[in-house]
Amino acid sequence: MLIRSWERDFNLLAMEEAAHMPYYWAMGLDGSRFFHEIRNSETLIGIRCPKCRKVYVPPRMVCGPCFARMDELVKLGSGGRVDAVTLVNYPFIDPDTGHRRPVPYIYGYIKLDGADNLFSHIIQAPSGVTIKVGDRVRAVFAKEKKGRIQDISYFEPVLK
Amino acid sequence: MGKRVAITGFGQTHHSARRWDVNGLELIQEAVTRALTDAELTLKDIDAIVIGNMDHFEGINYVDTWSVEGSGAFLKPIFKVTTGGTTGTTVAIAGYYHVASGMFDNVLAIGWEKNSESDTTGAIITCSDPIWDRFSYSGAIPSLAVEASAYMTRFGITERDAARVTARDRTHAVNNPYAHLRTAVTVEEVMRSSMLTDPIKLLDICPRSDGAAAVIFTSEEKAEKICPKPAWIHSVSVRHDTTWFGDIDYVQMGSLESAAREVFRLADIREPLKELDMCELYLPYSFAGLKWMEAIGFCPPGEAPKLLWDGVTDMGGNLPVNPSGGVLSTNCIGATALLRVGEVAHQIMGKADKRQVPGVRLAMATGFGGCFWSDALILGAERP
Repeated sequence: MLIRSWERDFNLLAMEEAAHMPYYWAMGLDGSRFFHEIRNSETLIGIRCPKCRKVYVPPRMVCGPCFARMDELVKLGSGGRVDAVTLVNYPFIDPDTGHRRPVPYIYGYIKLDGADNLFSHIIQAPSGVTIKVGDRVRAVFAKEKKGRIQDISYFEPVLK
Repeated sequence: MGKRVAITGFGQTHHSARRWDVNGLELIQEAVTRALTDAELTLKDIDAIVIGNMDHFEGINYVDTWSVEGSGAFLKPIFKVTTGGTTGTTVAIAGYYHVASGMFDNVLAIGWEKNSESDTTGAIITCSDPIWDRFSYSGAIPSLAVEASAYMTRFGITERDAARVTARDRTHAVNNPYAHLRTAVTVEEVMRSSMLTDPIKLLDICPRSDGAAAVIFTSEEKAEKICPKPAWIHSVSVRHDTTWFGDIDYVQMGSLESAAREVFRLADIREPLKELDMCELYLPYSFAGLKWMEAIGFCPPGEAPKLLWDGVTDMGGNLPVNPSGGVLSTNCIGATALLRVGEVAHQIMGKADKRQVPGVRLAMATGFGGCFWSDALILGAERP
């Protein structure tokens, strides 16, 4: 008879699995339009709520707090102010690729000119330049536009 | 208005970085058995079950049915509730709703996680919007770091202030035999730990743990018959907003302000710092022990460091915070917020052993999740 016991000399086992599972996430009318405007004229757009007048970026159909449908697209500046920022310096698996994302990189929330909420993206700064809350940054667009967030390659500091 | 409800039992596993001696079901069963023992009930007494975790940490779906061997829900009413970090408080509040409705006498709320079964940060990134946020987002630590950056800039808060929060919670954890990290750390050790994402260092952030918790909610008619000192639910609040990272106000913690205001109003608490006897707060990183104290209303904005350095929130202070060691010592995500509720219940029941705060009559538990949403509960020794 086998007895379940801790005295036995064996390793506890775990099974490893790394599954690749393709998804197709619809961007809707407004999300699609955002990337079309970048491809056509490197312009960023937002959308205004008819009730609270807040301008959201990226544009979306509904203002959550008001539960109101939005229609009025608004042209935004491609520059803005850093409202919150950090330097990411620890290794982790990027679920988009299944591999470690290269670190360090700067990640921030940017108040784009003309928008009332924040836009999240990475920030690239020349070596020796630190990015602080309140700094001005501007979008740098990718040469090849594919209809995805990386069509904005990164934001860069506007050096005084 | 719902019926009165009390907590009559609480059980938790011994938490650690990797519980490979048990699978998820067996881990859940460990907490459930301890909760039943604590309440002196058997599974036969349990009328319904609410369970929660975060699906993508283990890659397990339909956790409600998958877990019946662990939860005891075989052919019983069971619902799964998953709300990110707040999962634990949400299962607690859902358990409360079940009993408050008058339809069930004893309801078991379970939260669990085996964080060792995946890359926690990778899994958390899958919570962010795949089109807009996932490319730049790097998990919970940086999203908390950006909050800290905005808060520090506004009030001149220092990394040392935050380190004192870790030192407090980790010192408290020494008294908790279930905690994952049971060694005390000093402010200097926190300051010397390696920088993960500015300004958060290794010891400013919670660990990732394997663990489970179970709490039993009982109707007014039964509670005092089965439990000499039940912990009564005085008020609850759920405040969940949006998942657009760019819509978050990184200066204010609006969801927690709103949840706290609501539970205090419902429980008729006007001066929380004076009236509450202790708290178990979901503080996943050290800076939350400053900024979120202000959001709750324990002090005006920018003044939390004084409360902290004066020892008000230490064991022996006027308002001990996290006698269990809190989230900075144990973080089995789906169980984390339920541990806050269970620990508060045990404080009121006088069962907190070495981490007991003397004479707890009124106390608070909170949950925190995802894009800065919040749950809050007030528990008391007196029938509300």
